[in-house]
Amino acid sequence: METYALQTQGLTMRYHSTLALDGLDLALPQGKIIGLLGPNGSGKTTLIKLAAGLLTPTAGSLTVCGQPIGTESKVLVSYLPDRTYFSRQQKIRELMDIFQDFYPDFDRVRAEQMLAALGISQEARLKQLSKGNQEKVQLVLVMSRRARLYLLDEPIGGVDPAARDYILNTIITNYDPSATVVISTHLIADVERVLDEFLFLYQGKVVRQGIADEVRGETGKSLDELFREVFKCLPNC
Amino acid sequence: MNWKFTGDRPVYQQIMAAIRGAILKGELSPGKKVPSVRELAAEAQVNPNTVQRALTELEREGLLVSGGTSGRTVTQDQNILSAMREETLHELARACAEQFMVFGLTPRQAAQLLLALEEEKEES
Repeated sequence: METYALQTQGLTMRYHSTLALDGLDLALPQGKIIGLLGPNGSGKTTLIKLAAGLLTPTAGSLTVCGQPIGTESKVLVSYLPDRTYFSRQQKIRELMDIFQDFYPDFDRVRAEQMLAALGISQEARLKQLSKGNQEKVQLVLVMSRRARLYLLDEPIGGVDPAARDYILNTIITNYDPSATVVISTHLIADVERVLDEFLFLYQGKVVRQGIADEVRGETGKSLDELFREVFKCLPNC
Repeated sequence: MNWKFTGDRPVYQQIMAAIRGAILKGELSPGKKVPSVRELAAEAQVNPNTVQRALTELEREGLLVSGGTSGRTVTQDQNILSAMREETLHELARACAEQFMVFGLTPRQAAQLLLALEEEKEES
């Protein structure tokens, strides 16, 4: 039986009266770059946080590489949150110390090489860097782990196009081809070239999913155009 | 190589076309080693799996030859190379003719316009 990078069954998450995820059944294969696409409030971050083990589902279940969410699954997951959890006072070197302590799969040499290529000093404090460089540092740390599942929540939000290119390049050149990368974003035009597969999420449900190149071949449309078309006819977008 | 992608056609097919173009232009000569999947993916900023698929398809067509661990090379088989050249030019002519047909011109009328271009060039 195939083991999926991320599998969910009837996954439901409710915050008080808001239904964030509505009985999601997913099976994301290993070795793929998958776009988790949807408008704001569609449940992208909730799904990622559940897979990262930061939230407990209201109902349903999920596994990462066959492991239920817990200590074993967290070893396999490298998570880039949509907001930083680092102290802005910390030096880059100290952030790397933390990663090295926490994660046995952290490849410090690789992280140091990538930072050197960016011209970012390890003695710099996070707050001294531009927003684009802060995002890059966090991505470098996350992608320097040899994980099985990378969960990247809005990795390209709020940075300039050159930084976007750098970030996408870091993703495609650093991931192990047998691992899976989930990228959540609403900036579809920027990421679609790097995606194998995609999911359109809306009000906690999958409204469309497929293989990016097949959809382009069948519809003659880019994912960006398809997204606009699918979401144009849905209310509250 | 020219890496510009449009959204209306599978990316792997566009990568195949770019590699064929590079061979026709002589940027990749027969027998020469083709950059690795990782190199091409980084250069074109696309998913390595998509590059892999494009290279596999070109291998099946016989245009690229697998060298096992040493990577792929461009074929030295002249039959395959000239067939590819012919097919690519034919495809270009067909796409060109279709664009003229949008404006009601037959391929013959279009050819006359192309010939006129050549005369203009000679005059200047």
